[in-house]
Amino acid sequence: MSVASIWRHIPSRYNLAGTHCRTCGKYYFPSRTICPRCRRDGKMEEYLFKGTGKVVSYTVIHAVPEGHSGQVPYILAIIKLDEGPRLTGQIVNVRLDGVEIGMEVKPVFRKLGEDGNKGIIYYGAKFEPQ
Amino acid sequence: MIGIVSYGVYIPRYRIKVSEIAKVWGADVQSIVGGLRVEEKSVPDLDEDTATIAVEAARNAVNRAEIDPLCIGAIYTGSESHPYAVKPTSTIVADAICATPNLTAADFEFACKAGTAGIQACMGLVESNRIDLGLAIGADVAQGAPGDALEYTAAAGGAAYIIGRDPNQIAVEIEGMFSFTTDTPDFWRRDGASYPEHGGRFTGEPAYFKHIVSAARGLLTDLNAEPEDYDYAVFHQPNGKFPRRVAADLGFTSEQIEPGIMVTMLGNTYSASCMIGLAAILDVASADDRIFMTSFGSGAGSDAFSLQVTDRLNGIRNGAPSVSELLADKEYISYSTYARNKGKIRI
Amino acid sequence: MREVAIIGIGCTPFGEFWNKSFRDIFVEAGIEAIKDACVQGKEIDEIVGGNMSAGRFIEQEHVSALIADYSGLASLHIPSTRVEAACASGGLALRMGMLAVASGHSDIVIAAGVEKMTDVSTQAATDMLTAAADREWEGFAGATFPGLYAMIARRHMHEYGTTPEQLASVAVKNHHNATMNSKAQFQNEISVEAVLRSTMIADPLHIFDCSPLSDGAAAVVLAPAEKAREYTDTPIFIKASAQASDVIALHDRADITTLTATMSAASRAYKMAGMTPSDIDFVEVHDCFTIAEICAIEDLGFFEKGIGGKVTEDGVTAIDGDLPVNPSGGLKACGHPVGATGIKQVVEIVQQLRGEAGKRQVTGEVGMAHNVGGSGGTAVAHILTR
Repeated sequence: MSVASIWRHIPSRYNLAGTHCRTCGKYYFPSRTICPRCRRDGKMEEYLFKGTGKVVSYTVIHAVPEGHSGQVPYILAIIKLDEGPRLTGQIVNVRLDGVEIGMEVKPVFRKLGEDGNKGIIYYGAKFEPQ
Repeated sequence: MIGIVSYGVYIPRYRIKVSEIAKVWGADVQSIVGGLRVEEKSVPDLDEDTATIAVEAARNAVNRAEIDPLCIGAIYTGSESHPYAVKPTSTIVADAICATPNLTAADFEFACKAGTAGIQACMGLVESNRIDLGLAIGADVAQGAPGDALEYTAAAGGAAYIIGRDPNQIAVEIEGMFSFTTDTPDFWRRDGASYPEHGGRFTGEPAYFKHIVSAARGLLTDLNAEPEDYDYAVFHQPNGKFPRRVAADLGFTSEQIEPGIMVTMLGNTYSASCMIGLAAILDVASADDRIFMTSFGSGAGSDAFSLQVTDRLNGIRNGAPSVSELLADKEYISYSTYARNKGKIRI
Repeated sequence: MREVAIIGIGCTPFGEFWNKSFRDIFVEAGIEAIKDACVQGKEIDEIVGGNMSAGRFIEQEHVSALIADYSGLASLHIPSTRVEAACASGGLALRMGMLAVASGHSDIVIAAGVEKMTDVSTQAATDMLTAAADREWEGFAGATFPGLYAMIARRHMHEYGTTPEQLASVAVKNHHNATMNSKAQFQNEISVEAVLRSTMIADPLHIFDCSPLSDGAAAVVLAPAEKAREYTDTPIFIKASAQASDVIALHDRADITTLTATMSAASRAYKMAGMTPSDIDFVEVHDCFTIAEICAIEDLGFFEKGIGGKVTEDGVTAIDGDLPVNPSGGLKACGHPVGATGIKQVVEIVQQLRGEAGKRQVTGEVGMAHNVGGSGGTAVAHILTR
């Protein structure tokens, strides 16, 4: 991904910024301009998620694409934030066999990767057990 | 009035015992541990670096006293392990704590006293009414070359202090400060070099001791104060021996300094060292307690501060994890995992 | 809209072919299909080609023109279109080709699929496949394609008690079927133990739970049903061609073990054909990972949600079972050149309905093909009969 596309989503990756539809009350992460429920009738406003949530499913990744090598194995999970939407993220500060479906997690600020050793470093939210 | 409005600390979870490192290099465990008076040190996870540590410490400081990040007018991060040689850590912190965009920021480097230099810069901007709150962070993922003496103590951690002038917010007043700086090459790292070099025994007398003692005595003289006027004292902690010796040299007692000695179970967190020691004291100090802090950065210089706790500290203390809570949350790793995490194995 | 028939089929072997280029393989499949259909080049009205990512695998876009050119048809200036829906590109190509004939706009249309994946490193290919997922919010967060399906598997195991052995039994069955398919990438039997012992890719999926990286191409020739017998004695009729979209990211799916796009495409297909799941005699489903086959046979309506693993383990979907699933060997054993798979599935159905499937012949009048893009962002379903 390019420098610009990485930069554009800093508020979402660092601070879990998303949107909330005032018409139907649903929360969205990442931000969406169109509410899938209300479409043009939706009134979207910015919202900062608390970041706490529960594990919906998880896996331990052993084989990786370029850019993430050196970090295996790591835990990938689908997390349902307290406000409703789900996201995909890594879980840290836990043993590889220590994750369970339903486990409560909270966000931490970590390095997500880097574009080689001359490119930019990108940061964002990962999760740890509460 | 000028002082600390909030503070925050972050220590990575992983630890390696000094004895584990000594065994790998075939050194005598007893003499290493006894000589350094350090038992274990913190190790960052593979995806932690100075920026992530600085962010976590800053978030803890913001949360502790429920600071509005938009009131922060300056952010200065001091480190000798900034992730980039050019591109500041402070802007990453700024966005990560939602303080952007109306503020100034820059990174500091002065070996282990870069964080306290940041505090002084914030004090200047706040006292001159140019900004309302300033955030100064000392954070490091310290590096020691494999097999070098520094490897036993080079650790990872960060401490963040928010400086303000509103008497309703100040939890710890800064009564005075005094700095002593000379061009003394006791410890350095050239651009592009992976690990720092140091002058061995030269790092003691002419560097650490001379600068701390001079800055401390300078401040005590300025304030017309004596060591016994203080309830606590905290110094830069490269190992367990130096801070205890310099305290004794200055006339501080072990009761005054032991609560701030963190290096035994943490290692030397470089730019965060005495700032984490201070935080440990703030976690337990009472209103009206006076605290004497002196940092040391190789190159070389010391910043001495005289502090007094107000009755506001008690109210904000529990808003973020304490140093002892962070130290207690730990997991031990082996030397091989440690070497991999700290990038010593070049992949 | 008029009915559409398949009058010719062609398919290359699938595998890792150092000596064959992208151009070589689609020409090979195309010529085989045209010969099988007994059509002349100048009769071809249109080409629709499915291909996911030539731009990254071989740094080539404008694949539509390349296909027309190297098929020798550019001189006839035949309209050529490339369609993409990740791993459902092939199924999509068939649907688009079908619509061109059904609408009356074109008579003879080639629907093809092609992918050349093995010129780049395995790591690079894995990253390129992540583009089938949500690059920004899944890939960037560290998700790999196997990682996403592994999370589906983990949840399926949590909710329904599906076991790693049941997952493995999908691979075992498909390998067995492929021993009878000379074009399959893998033609060896494997055991459940071998699957469980193989390298872990993303827990609980082992490497033998995952379809491989492959090169391959397939093509079918379409004609209006009313003209089909001018070309062949064994026309096969497309009774339904349906497509559905869904959220692209797995985490946005209401129930991560249910591919709602599959359910939607299937229900549209059954409606178009005037059929129900019980009318289907055999089916080629999208087993990019073993768990995907389990979810597919549930979501297509053949089995209740949750028992897909058990019925596979019990042999219900074996080649001699009540409902043969993936008689060709599926994606797992035949290989999965991404853009080609959807067409190859239909080639298999046609061969089966024509009675040309040799040792892996199944009985039945109605075959179904199910092709999925990504973790379920697109699903395409076709129902074919004699």
